[in-house]
Order: sequence, then structure tokens, then C-alpha cells
Amino acid sequence: MAPRKHLRSRASAWDRKYSPYLYISPFFILFAIVGLFPLVYTIWVAAHDWDLIMGQGEFVGLDNFAHVVGQRAFWIALRNTLSIFILSTGPQVVAAIIIAYMLDSHLRARTFWRMGVLLPYVVTPVAVALIFSNFFSQRFGLVNSVLDTIGIDAIGWQSDVLPSHLAIASMVNFRWTGYNALIFLAAMQAVPRDLYEQAEIDGAGKVRQFISVTVPMLRPTIIFVVITSTIGGLQIFDEPRLYDQYGRGGTDGQWQTMTIYLYELGWTRSDFGLASAVAVLLFLLIVAIGIINFTITRRIANGEGRKSTTQQRRLKKGARS
Amino acid sequence: MTTSAPLAPVDPEAKSGRTLGRRRRSAPGGQNRRPGFIVYGCLVAVVVGGMFPLWWSFLIGSHDSTILSRTSFPWWPGGNFLANAATVMDTVPFWRATMNSIIVSTTTAVSVVFFSTLAGYAFAKLRFKGSGPLLVFVIATMAVPTQLGVVPLYQVMAALGWTGELTAVIVPALVTAFGVFWMTQYLRQAIPDELIEAATMDGCSMIRTFYHVCLPAARPAAAMLFLFTFVLNWTNFFWPFIVLGPQNPTLPVALQQLQAAHFVDYSLVLTGATLATVPLLILFVFAGRQLVSGIMQGAVKA
Repeated sequence: MAPRKHLRSRASAWDRKYSPYLYISPFFILFAIVGLFPLVYTIWVAAHDWDLIMGQGEFVGLDNFAHVVGQRAFWIALRNTLSIFILSTGPQVVAAIIIAYMLDSHLRARTFWRMGVLLPYVVTPVAVALIFSNFFSQRFGLVNSVLDTIGIDAIGWQSDVLPSHLAIASMVNFRWTGYNALIFLAAMQAVPRDLYEQAEIDGAGKVRQFISVTVPMLRPTIIFVVITSTIGGLQIFDEPRLYDQYGRGGTDGQWQTMTIYLYELGWTRSDFGLASAVAVLLFLLIVAIGIINFTITRRIANGEGRKSTTQQRRLKKGARS
Repeated sequence: MTTSAPLAPVDPEAKSGRTLGRRRRSAPGGQNRRPGFIVYGCLVAVVVGGMFPLWWSFLIGSHDSTILSRTSFPWWPGGNFLANAATVMDTVPFWRATMNSIIVSTTTAVSVVFFSTLAGYAFAKLRFKGSGPLLVFVIATMAVPTQLGVVPLYQVMAALGWTGELTAVIVPALVTAFGVFWMTQYLRQAIPDELIEAATMDGCSMIRTFYHVCLPAARPAAAMLFLFTFVLNWTNFFWPFIVLGPQNPTLPVALQQLQAAHFVDYSLVLTGATLATVPLLILFVFAGRQLVSGIMQGAVKA
């Protein structure tokens, strides 16, 4: 009896000590295999001649990088990616904040409006791309027909660079604006109500309140949303891939993005070495832009943050007296 | 409840005062804004703008291919939807794609919920060495664009002989950093520490404590995580497109095949787009409310 009891208490000590590691291990094991290892190994592949079928070839050092950077297609893809990213993130954040502001009031049927705004989120980007490519079809598309009836010449939504970027950005915005609006709405509701009352006493109108109270208090959320869309937006693939039936980003690469370029190199031309080089470069780009975005948004936040701390201090003083 | 209040409201007047107070507290928009019809008008425009593309998709899908070369647009559905749907099913393995999407989304959602709850429970409620740094690591991985490891990941799948198989899509998505973070945040405030201490005192093993204390408490957050993971994997395209062949697609991959096969016939392509969207619209009708509150809760915590 005694040794058995001893054994059991030892087992339970073990249980208490090591079980937590067991519980968190699935994430770490999986991340190591399908996340970390592939990312690191990409650098190794990028340093070799590497064919999709034939496999590993000679070590070539930085040759793949040099080759990729020497291609016109690479720079076009870089331009397109950045352009589509800016055209989608900028308007989207602004629109989402405005929609959130409208939702942040005594609405009748609150849940209905919130759900209505979120609806596009459940539509797969592939379906969105198919529907929008019909809208923006150059010959029979709805957009050009509407433009025609109001006397504007047809726009080359697929043949021209900027229009095609606008079309693709509109797909991204369609799907994500409502989602981000709900994030902003939640952040707005967390703004202390006293701040508004204080601003009202100070004689600030609704617009003024929105600009000097609501927006500054949203800065952390704006940073969050911008960083998230940086990581996703720079890897954009689905929408441009399905904008036409060939999936190569336009006849002259008008809307070929970095990820489409990566796919082209890897799976159409079977050159895994070059594809990996693009992946590494895109990774560096994402990190760089992430850092830039973070510093810019934080600097603005700090500038505005001072104002809001003064307000809070004033508020505290008011409460004390 | 009222015992702690110095003046318990008993008369109707005080009661109405209390409801007023409650309304103000729960009401969003501290300025007590009562929206005018401009706000309603704008919101109607936003919601209609969100629904219009789907309606349009159904509209075009219900006519035949000649509809788009006409000069005027149809504003009412035609009678061709079922015929188009039949053609779609003939062209691409649509049923198979639907089944595959259901299998992939359900499996990954169940798995993510289970493993994330387990890990979230450990991070939120159990004391172990290194838990702080490890959690920071988990959160940091959310910012890593793992999609860029696609070349070696494909090689791994090829080496395992999984290319063309659903396992290649399911396995990498079995647990996510977001899920772990989400459940950690929720469980931290959902379970009182005393409850776990009591369970351990009573001689409950760790896993039984998890099963009897944590799992029931985790239910609301787990339901939301399930929904998000389901939607994520249902709408996912890039990786399934690369690793699955045309014989064994998920719905988005099948849609891409449809477009490649019928690019001139938009009525067919948009029939496919409609068919692929309907299941999630049905889900949205029943669970949209959960998605809304999930996004809003996540935002405050993040």
C-alpha cells in the first residue's frame, strides 16, 4: 500500500510539472514543422539551383537573388504589390472608422446593422474576384456601362495599370472594410465617455470631438489594423490571380503581384531556387514596411497621445475637486 | 444584489430612473447621439453595397451567356440558374469540392479549438517555468508571414506523398497562434483560480481538471474560435490551390478551374460563385451574431 501511494504522489507531481508543456506542445511542434522550418529552409533553397521535379542542384550563392533583381518583372510586381496595398489599406481604414462611428450611436436594430456590415467577410476572395472581374469587365462590364450612361469614356480596367489596381483594391476593401469597422467600433466603445463630456464642455462640436477625441483614442487600434493588413496585403494572391482567366497578372504584368510572380517562377517555370529568392525578398519587404508603418503610426500616436493625457489629467483634476 | 446599495430603489419612479441609467451605460456613443436619417441612409448604402455583388452574382448566374452582351442589364433573375448549376457540376467536381471544403473546414476548426483550448488553459491558469516568454513567442509568430515558406512546405508534402491529398491542407492548419492567444485571453478571466486549486486539492489529475473545469467554461470563446477557423479555411485559396490537384479541389480551387474552363461564359462562372457562397451565407444567418461579438471582443483584448 505504502509504495503504491508513494508512486501515485510522484506521478501527480510529474503530472503537475510537465502537463503544461504537454498541453502547449502541439502548437510549438506544428509551428516548427510547417512554419519555422519552411521559412528558414527557403533561404537554403534560394542559394541553390533547384528544380521542381529534379530537386536540388548546385550551390549558387546569391545568383538567384541577382537574377531576380535583374528582372523587369520583379520590379513591376513590386510596384503593383505596393500600389494595390496602398490603395486598399488607406481608404479601407478611413471608411472603416467612419462606418464604426455611424454604428457607435443609438441605432435601432443594432445587431442587424453590425451583421449587415460584416456580411462580405464570409464570401471567399475567389468568389469576390470572379464577381468583381465581371463588374470591371472592359467590354460588357457594369462599371463601364454606368460610366457610359453618365457620359464618361470606358476605362481600361484590365488593360491599364492604375485602373486594374483600383479594381483589385476594391475587392479587398469589399471584403475587409466591415470587419475592420467592427474592430474600430469596439475600440470606440472603450473610449471613456467622460472625455466626450469634457470636450463638449470645452465647446467642441461633433466633428471636432470626432477628430480630437475619437481618432486619437483609436491610434493603438489603427496600428493594429495597419500592421495586420501589411502582413496580409503584401502577400495578396487570390484577387489578382482570378482577375482574369489566365491568372498571370495581366498581359503585360499590369497587376502581377509578388506572390503571383513567386508562383509563376516556382510552379509554372519549375524554378524553386528563383521562387525562394522572391519569397525571401518579399519577407524582407514585409518586415521593412511593417517597421515603417509602426514607427509612423506610433509617432503620430505619441504626438496626439500627449493631448489626450492632458485631457485625462484635467479629467482627474475635475473629479477630485 | 440590492443589499449593498444604500438606497434600494423600490418605488416606480426610482425604477424608471434605474432603467434610464442602465440605458445610458449600455448605450454606445457617449455623446448620446441619436442617429438621424443621414446615418441610416449611409448605413443602408453600406449594407446594400455589401449585398449587391452577391445579388448580382445570382442575377447573372440565372441567365444565359448572352445576357452580358445585351445593351441593357437585367434587374430580375432569369430561369436558367438550375441549368447553369448542372453545367457547373459537369465541368468541375463540384460536389467533391463541397465535401472537401466541409471536411477541411470542420476538421481544422475542431482541432484548432481543442489544441488552442488546451494550450490556452496552460498559459492562462497553470504555473510553469518559461510560460511568459513562451506566450510572447506564440504572439510574435502571428506577425510571421508563414505563407512565404510555401516552397519548402510543398517539398515536405511531396516527400510525404501528400500532394493532392486533403491532409496536406488540414495538417498545417491544425492549431494556430491566434487560437492559442484567443483562448488564453478568454480563460484568464473566465475561470477563477480557486476553482482549479480546489480541483487539484481534490486529487483531480491535470487532464481531468481540464476536462471538468476548463472545457465547460471555455464554451463561448470556443464557439467563436470554431466559427472564425471555419470561415478562414472555407475561404482559403493559396495553399490548397498549390498543393491540391484538379481532381481533388476545395471549393475556391474548383471555382478557379471553372473560370479557367468557361472564361467567356460569365453566367456559368457566377453560378459557381453563388453556389460556393450560399453555404457560408446560411452559416452567417445563424452565427453572424457570434462572429460580430467575436470580432469586437478580440479587438478590445488585442
